[in-house]
Amino acid sequence: MSAWTNIKAIMKRELGGYFSSPIAYVFLVIFLLLTGFFTFTVGNFFERGEASLVSFFTWHPWLYLFLVPAVGMRLWSEERRLHTMELLLTMPVTTWQAIAGKFLASWLFLALALALTFPVVISVNWLGDPDNGVIIAGYVGSLMLAGAYLAVSCMTSALTRNQVISFIVSVLICLFLILAGFSPVTDLLVRWANPAVVDVIAAFSVMTHFEGFQRGVLDLRDFVFFLSVMGFALFTTGVIIRGHRAG
Amino acid sequence: MINVDHLSKAFGPKLAVNDVSFAVERGEVLGFLGPNGAGKSTTMRMITGFYPPTSGRVTVGGHDVVEDPIAVKRLIGYLPENAPGYADMTVRGFLNFVAELRGLSGEARKKAVHRVVEMCFLDGVLYQSIDTLSKGYKHRTCLAQALIHNPEVLVLDEPTDGLDPNQKHEVRGLIKSMGEKKAIVFSTHILEEVEAACTRVIIIDRGRIVANGTPRELTHRSEIAGAVRLGVRGVAADALTAKLAGLQAVTKTEILAQEDGRVTARVFPDRSRADGGFAGTVAELAHREGWAVEELHTEEGRLDEVFRAITLPDTVKGGA
Repeated sequence: MSAWTNIKAIMKRELGGYFSSPIAYVFLVIFLLLTGFFTFTVGNFFERGEASLVSFFTWHPWLYLFLVPAVGMRLWSEERRLHTMELLLTMPVTTWQAIAGKFLASWLFLALALALTFPVVISVNWLGDPDNGVIIAGYVGSLMLAGAYLAVSCMTSALTRNQVISFIVSVLICLFLILAGFSPVTDLLVRWANPAVVDVIAAFSVMTHFEGFQRGVLDLRDFVFFLSVMGFALFTTGVIIRGHRAG
Repeated sequence: MINVDHLSKAFGPKLAVNDVSFAVERGEVLGFLGPNGAGKSTTMRMITGFYPPTSGRVTVGGHDVVEDPIAVKRLIGYLPENAPGYADMTVRGFLNFVAELRGLSGEARKKAVHRVVEMCFLDGVLYQSIDTLSKGYKHRTCLAQALIHNPEVLVLDEPTDGLDPNQKHEVRGLIKSMGEKKAIVFSTHILEEVEAACTRVIIIDRGRIVANGTPRELTHRSEIAGAVRLGVRGVAADALTAKLAGLQAVTKTEILAQEDGRVTARVFPDRSRADGGFAGTVAELAHREGWAVEELHTEEGRLDEVFRAITLPDTVKGGA
């Protein structure tokens, strides 16, 4: 009973933390501007002449590459820098409750940012007759993707009290998660390695698993992939935090 | 309430806390003294469950801190070193957050927050964010946080650090009065604080307990404890020393000052001849010799002297 109360209290504090400083608003504005720019200008939304949000979702792995670590970098490094971690972890709260509370708060924040992109959905519905099921699947996939990146940033932020280092390391790991299944890279790999090996590597990529969602396919395996990335990264966060305390 | 049993903590090859044992019962205020880096904070962090011990055992209220950390953490109110707080929160928001984690809600939470705000004089800064607070207020906010659930056990790491003398006095009084019903451990550098608020003192140096007793017992270990301070007129310093040396009970006389015909001396008794009448003996001599006595009292001994005597040799040897 108290587990959820604790998680809720930590979530509330964390969300409050975003909105009590300009960070949240700056992030939301940048996120919305960039999604708009990539969808309409780089993604040639109008020139495509089709009623879909392909040009919207295609860019998400790349957009999130920088924006999600920016949200997640402070989660634990700030606690370490201010020494509030000592305060938090000597409360009657377990480490996993603290990790879950922080993660869920940031994820909720990213979900809010994503929800604020609703004008593209309205536009595409007004201009044509898109398959809204595919769009919903795209949103679900995008949220999963954001969650996976966020869990990685959560892990790297536990590693250091320096937010910049936390940001860079997490961008690198997320970049790997993209490139392992990014077709220009896999095409290059096929020349040297056995295609089966390349497939195994690509299976670790968010690209491979995000693709299904973009086509409107909700595959259990893709969910399992994203959820296990989150589970693994958050578990590692717990191990890292335990490591600090053990000295 | 608090039982610390052969507790050790190693950071890599360095032993920060080395085989420390003590117990604190309800109604006791334990002062934790020691030079910087002696292991005070590390010990406190193990009691509060932040650091797991390398070896040894801590129980609080019968719960083992490793096996049942949540039960232990419920019992303890903890003020960590340097009084951390979430920089972007208001004092009120912070206290509400802590109250929530402490399982208080609704009316009970409101009351609890109100109570600690009064106790720690935070009325004026309730809506200020923590990073705009002065050090004293920041410290009091963190202290308020530790008291919010009216805990049975308090662990306070330098509770008066950064406070002005009036605030120090208030906090000391608060600790002393709370100590009647709670088990309290607090660390400090300030020796007068120990004498003012503690029922027991532990001096820790380089991870080991080097002294453990009531403040009175420890001051009695001071070299000057029991010596008589004597201020007289009408006699020269040399003559005074000679006369005093004639007394059997006197081992040594130290001239502290000589000015305007007044001599101030410290007279050390022979400790092996335990009797209470040393000051009387000195007074009698002064009376017989016809010196004009302006000052005569028995020294209590000073804790800072004891502290230095116990911890300094190590510090010097250690090359620090």
